Amino acid sequence: MSGLPAPDPAPLWRRRSALAELVRWTGWLLLVLLFVVCWELMTREQIWAFVWDAPRQAGDLFQRMVPPRWSYLDQLWRPLWDTLNIATLGTLLALAIAVPVGFLAARNTTPSRWLVRPLALFVIVASRSVNSLIWALLLVTILGPGLLAGVIAIALRSIGFIGKLLYEAIEEIDPRQVEAVRATGAGGAQVLDYAVVPQILPALAGIAVFRWDINIRESTVLGLVGAGGIGLQLKASVDTLAWPQVTLIFLVILATVVVSEWVSSRVRHALI
Amino acid sequence: MTPSPGAPAVVDGPTRWRRPPLIADARLRWALLLGALAYLVIGIGSLTVNWGRAAEGWERGLRFLAGFVQPDFVSRWGDIQQGLTESLTMTLTATVVGVLISVPIGIGAARNLAPLPVYLVCRAIVAVSRSLQEIIVAILFVAMVGFGPLAGFLTLAFATIGFLAKLLAEDIEDIDKAQVEAIRAAGASWLQTLNYGVQPQVMPRLIGLALYRLDINFRESAVIGIVGAGGVGSTLNTALDRYEYDAAAAILLLIIAIVMVAEYASSWIRRQVQ
Repeated sequence: MSGLPAPDPAPLWRRRSALAELVRWTGWLLLVLLFVVCWELMTREQIWAFVWDAPRQAGDLFQRMVPPRWSYLDQLWRPLWDTLNIATLGTLLALAIAVPVGFLAARNTTPSRWLVRPLALFVIVASRSVNSLIWALLLVTILGPGLLAGVIAIALRSIGFIGKLLYEAIEEIDPRQVEAVRATGAGGAQVLDYAVVPQILPALAGIAVFRWDINIRESTVLGLVGAGGIGLQLKASVDTLAWPQVTLIFLVILATVVVSEWVSSRVRHALI
Repeated sequence: MTPSPGAPAVVDGPTRWRRPPLIADARLRWALLLGALAYLVIGIGSLTVNWGRAAEGWERGLRFLAGFVQPDFVSRWGDIQQGLTESLTMTLTATVVGVLISVPIGIGAARNLAPLPVYLVCRAIVAVSRSLQEIIVAILFVAMVGFGPLAGFLTLAFATIGFLAKLLAEDIEDIDKAQVEAIRAAGASWLQTLNYGVQPQVMPRLIGLALYRLDINFRESAVIGIVGAGGVGSTLNTALDRYEYDAAAAILLLIIAIVMVAEYASSWIRRQVQ
């Protein structure tokens, strides 16, 4: 042993101060408590026998679902075509409404910042906070079951999505181009046509195709509430416990979604 | 007519500027336009509308709109309260469980941390979870564990895994390598590297994403009730089936209000964290 005095033990490095640590731990503890309370509330009326039975049920279900009933495919082409129509026409209808709403909501193109803009923003928020399936549920009770309810439901949900992304794109345009066009003596409509629209057109096309892709997904299940498309067949098959048909419909929906995703990503790459 | 002596010489070609067309090939342009028109005609033609039924429904639509002016929160309050409790509790539990499961899967799906076999397995899990829609998953879970919020909880947790694991993996792949290297150079093990080199870089984003997913899960919880997975969606479905439009309007207003509050709260918390 050398005669040197032992150095003071350096204070151990810590990422946070003791207080910060305590606050964080309390936060996490509260979250855990909240989780436990919620879990208890949620499972108050749960019959656990059903849950312990689930693996057997799942195995049973799987056995019933395989193999898919391929012959049913013949009856699925028409609903599939309806589904595509719902998505496409719904997107077009939404575009027709969302483009003006987007222009009214953007800070730099709105005619009135205090009156029109909040109104347009409210339309966007209201449309976004209700799922298209709920819109469909409402419209079916009003219009009766059918494709039209589906188209309008898809459109109502898409207005908020397209409008929000569009007005954000409009607010980000290059103001110098607007100024240059205005300096040539262009009127308000001409400025929009020659300076604003060319700048947002690629973004708008991208948004529309992106939403179309989402709408294909959503329109496949709209039929569950009677709004047309392949979901009608799905509901009929589930309700009659025709599981081999359900499997086939799942496969068709999966293939449609994959194809539409591929198409939309190709189109978006070509655009941008 | 003879041109007056002072007139300028006639110029060949167009004298006015025109915008170049979007698609240069005129034939392709017209073909696309015609194709789109033909599709529109066929597509709109396939919408068979029963106008008699729609006229009948019109009166119902007006009653529904009237319901928004005078929503009825009281007479079905018991059902509404139960539906909302189910929705809120399954939203929270599903988000917590989904986040807990998606963290290891997200780490496994990040190419810079995981070896190839693990990466492929985790990416496959993400792909499966993302390609199945919530409502379809809900049908399957209802068939397995029976009606009620537990099926909804399982559905939302399943959907959360795909969403969060994918975004987390992309985040981890984008981190600053220098920090990881510095920690590793200090002699840290793999777990310590993860905790001190990676976790501080992705934690704010992860919290933000979890809150965003909480928001989405509540919206979805209002929908999956339609196929029997519990929540306020079942209550709404029942109200509409009974043609109780004022109660349905009350439920919708509550959903919109909660979604708005959740959106504001989560964006506020995200600003505090980042």
